[in-house]
Order: sequence, then structure tokens, then C-alpha cells
Amino acid sequence: MILNEQSIAEIKKKMVRYPKRKSAILPALTVAYYQVGHLNADIYEEISEITEIPTVDIAEAASFYTMFPKEPVGKYLIQVCHNISCALLGADSLISYLEEKLGIKKGETTSDELFTLISVECLGSCTTAPMMQINDKYYENLTREKVDAILDELRSRA
Amino acid sequence: MEKKELFKYIDDPDQVKIGTAVSHGAYKAWEKALKQMKPAEVIEEVKKAGVRGRGGAGFPAGVKWGFIPKDSPKPKYLICNADESEPGTCKDRELMERDPHATVEGMAIASYAIGCHLAFIYVRGEFVKSYRTMEKAIDEAREKGYLGKNIFGTGYDLDIIVHTGGGAYICGEETALLNSLEGERGMSRIRPPFPAIEGLYGCPTIVNNVETLASVPQIIKNGVEWYRSMGTEKSTGSKIFSLSGHVNKPGNYELEMGTPLSYLINDLGGGVKDGHNLKAIIPGGSSTPFLLPDQIDTPLDYESLAEAGSMLGSGAVIVIDDRTCIVWVIERLTHFYRHESCGKCTPCREGTGWLEKTISRIEHGDGKPGDIEKIESVCDNILGRTICPLGDAAVMPIQSAIKLFRDEWEYHIAKKTCLVKTEFEFK
Repeated sequence: MILNEQSIAEIKKKMVRYPKRKSAILPALTVAYYQVGHLNADIYEEISEITEIPTVDIAEAASFYTMFPKEPVGKYLIQVCHNISCALLGADSLISYLEEKLGIKKGETTSDELFTLISVECLGSCTTAPMMQINDKYYENLTREKVDAILDELRSRA
Repeated sequence: MEKKELFKYIDDPDQVKIGTAVSHGAYKAWEKALKQMKPAEVIEEVKKAGVRGRGGAGFPAGVKWGFIPKDSPKPKYLICNADESEPGTCKDRELMERDPHATVEGMAIASYAIGCHLAFIYVRGEFVKSYRTMEKAIDEAREKGYLGKNIFGTGYDLDIIVHTGGGAYICGEETALLNSLEGERGMSRIRPPFPAIEGLYGCPTIVNNVETLASVPQIIKNGVEWYRSMGTEKSTGSKIFSLSGHVNKPGNYELEMGTPLSYLINDLGGGVKDGHNLKAIIPGGSSTPFLLPDQIDTPLDYESLAEAGSMLGSGAVIVIDDRTCIVWVIERLTHFYRHESCGKCTPCREGTGWLEKTISRIEHGDGKPGDIEKIESVCDNILGRTICPLGDAAVMPIQSAIKLFRDEWEYHIAKKTCLVKTEFEFK
């Protein structure tokens, strides 16, 4: 099994709440995504076994939602908002700075598989731009100094 | 002027806890509605208060609730729309993370008004802190007996499910939200039937924005007259404005409706960033037409902004200074709408693709004579011809940017470069 006991328990707890079981697909995918970091066909199978929702229904829904990477990513998925409010405050230069610091281009993963860098659409954090999301956490009002500290902290934690 | 009603206790870090929230008056309105009012009376109060949908559409909430058929034997559902994703907008997140019980209470009152016993809050999947805070608040409310069975001993049952989305802008559109909540791809539905008649699982359903619902307890607690004393005759109450972009003090500010935009930008926001000059303002989220500097005194209410040629939308005010290339802004936005188009209807799916390609080539110095006319023609073929408002949302800022800054577009095509170079460094 890819999903751990905690995720399975959480999915089971969520799925019984709905009048129709199929509604549990997105919450189940979200639980799986935040545990594993990405989604794939094996995970859809596992969710199907837990929820008794046909795998095809799970895969069909999952393919629509871009929040879930469908390929493995680094331990830390760095998602920089490149939409208008962040762009006006230098999101593009933030992306360049991260590319430089990590030695990768946008869309790539570092060779130690620690960091993947992508840019994404508005994350609803416009008044604290520029910002990025790393895994399930928001980092806001970013400066070069803050980015350095965040990367150092994540590296030391890994 | 600034008016802290929704944000009254927002700076108290303990406001997320039910004990503190209750000491500040939370769930008093819920008790009053349930014990002293009939559902029809609640609807009538909210109608009279005139509170309009704060998600962007501005439809009167009480009127919407009144569309629920009274004789339907089917279950009724209330959904709180917390799929906040219109670029520029981040007010619902703040409400959920700092005063979750206001939204829970508003949802409870709205549920009672329409006869719902199982309500949902659909939170965008990236808002992990928001949905965890909402889950905790709902658990606490259940423990204290504000939700669950036989609430306040009245025999009324209600539970709320926190549902998480998958980061799709389109799911903030109410029929796409319904599909998404049913476990389908988030594609919009053709109306009619409207959700109030046939919504979630084919049952009568009301979808309201977080801020709209968070305003409801105040109306029930303090009365219609008190609510209407804020704002203007047609745009009542207070509203949260997310101020972002080129401004010295960005942030979420709660204002009385009808407050001049200049008060928000200059008095609260500290003016245009670093002393630069204002070029344009997006007043209501990325899909609303631009305002020009000489319109900075426009009152922030539905009617005044419509008269000024734009919209109040979600209340997301994005300030753009004169170092900014308008084609660059529009490229950024059009990329977004193309990415977020669900692909169900042809004008939006194909049109946003054409728009992005054409605008992008102009921005990158490869524009051709006739491109502006091509963009205008594609816009005309999208506007009003799509299943849901996403198509219109994509088109409105483009049409506005061409109308107001046509010389910049022409310069871009002729000279193959920006009239003003956009290079913003983060600190």
C-alpha cells in the first residue's frame, strides 16, 4: 500500500459523511496528495478499494484538477504564484531567484530530489504577495532573505 | 469609511476558539433565529437588509433563498462557496482562518431559512489552514450543541461537512461547484434548471459566498435598520476589499459600501507604491474592467462602479502603476483564463486559446497588423455565448484594456516591444 494508516483512516472518516459516496473522491484525492506528494493509477486503485468507488471515476475526476501532480515531485513542491497581484510585486524575479538558488529551471526537480519548482495560478494570497506554497504551507510577503531562510530550514529538516 | 463589523474581532488570535467567539456574541443570532423566528421571517429579514452576493455576482441573498420551492419533498442543501480564486481576492481565507464561527453561524441560519439539515462548505484544496480551521470550528460547534441533533432543544438538526476542492477556479462558479462536489469533473451546467430548483444530487440547493454568509448573523442580531444604516440605499452594509498590487500597504480592509476608492488606496493603503504614478485600477477582481486614475474617487458600491464602466465583483482592488505594460498584464490574465476554462463549451475553450496565443505573440514582439481586430472579434464571439460566466470574465479585462490603452497595443505591434518595460524585482 502507498497510503498510510492515517490517510486511510481519514479517507474512511470523510467518505461516510456524504449522501452519495462519489462525493468523497476529491477529499480522498486531497488526503492522498498531501501524504504522497503526487497521484497516480496505483493510488486511484487504493482509493477505489477503500471507498468502493470505481477506479475510472476517481481517475476521471483527478485528471481535471491541476492541483494534483500526476508524476513524482521532489520532497518539497515549491509552487510560486505567477498571477497578477504577485507578478506586479516581482513573482517572475522570485522564480528566477529560486531557479538560481536551486540550480534548476522552472518545472524541474533538483538531483537530490528535494525540491521541485513550478509556477501556478492565483493561490488567494494577493495582499501578501509575492508568495509561494511549499507542500501544504503558504509562505507570504517573500523577500530574498526570507527565501534563503526557508530553503535552509527545509534542507536542514530533510 | 472603514467599518469593522465582519472584522470586529479579527485581530484577536483567540477568536478561532469557540469560547472566545461566544463571549463576543457568536451563535446569539443563531439562537434567536431558531427559537424566535420562522424560516420565512429569516428570509424576509435578509431580503430587507439587502445583502448582496459577495462572491462577485452581487445577487441579493434573501431573494436567492426565496427561490427554494416550498412544497418540494426532496432534501434541501446549503453550500458555502469558499473556492476563493478570482485573482486579487483573498478575503474569505482571512474570514475562515481568523473568525470561522461567523461563517459557521451564517451557514446555520441560512440552512434553517431554506430547510436544510446537511450543509457543505467547499474550500479550495490549497487552503489547508482554512479548511482545518473550519473543521475545528465545526467540531467545537457540534460539541457545544450549536450543530448536531435537537439544536437549542428546538428539534432542529443540522450538520456541516467541510469539503475540499482541487484548485480549479471554475469550481467557484456555482454549477461547476455542484459537479465537483458530486465527485465529477468541475464543469459548469446549463441553466435552467437553476440550483435552487435542481442543484446538489438533483435537490434544491443554495450556494452562497463565505462573506455573504458571515454577514447574516449581524443582520439577525442587530436588525435590518442597523444593517441598512451602513452603505448606500442599494448597496447596503459593509464589505471586505482585498487591496493588492502597487500599493504601500496592501491588505484586507472592511469598508462601508459607497466609500470612495481613493480612501482605500490612499488613506488606508498608503498610496501608490514607492511614490510611482497610478496607471490603472482593477476594482473588483481580475475579470472586471479597468478604471483610470481620474476615476479614483468612484464610490465602492455596485451602482457607482457599474456607472464608471466596471464592476464591484469580489471587491478585489488591484493597483497598477505606470511602470506596467498593459499587454503584459493582459497576457498574464488571459493565460489564467485559458488555463482555467473547463473546456465544456466551444466559445470559451477555443476562444481563450486563441486569445492567449494572439496576446502572447504581441507581448513577445511578434504581433501582426490586424491582431487587435482579431482579438476584438474573438472577444465578441465569446461574450454572452458561453454556459457560465468564465468566458465573459476572460473577455472583459481584454476589451477594457484595448479600449483604454489602444495606443499601447498598437505601439507593441508596430515596434515589437513594450511602450513601458515591465520588470518588477522582489526585495
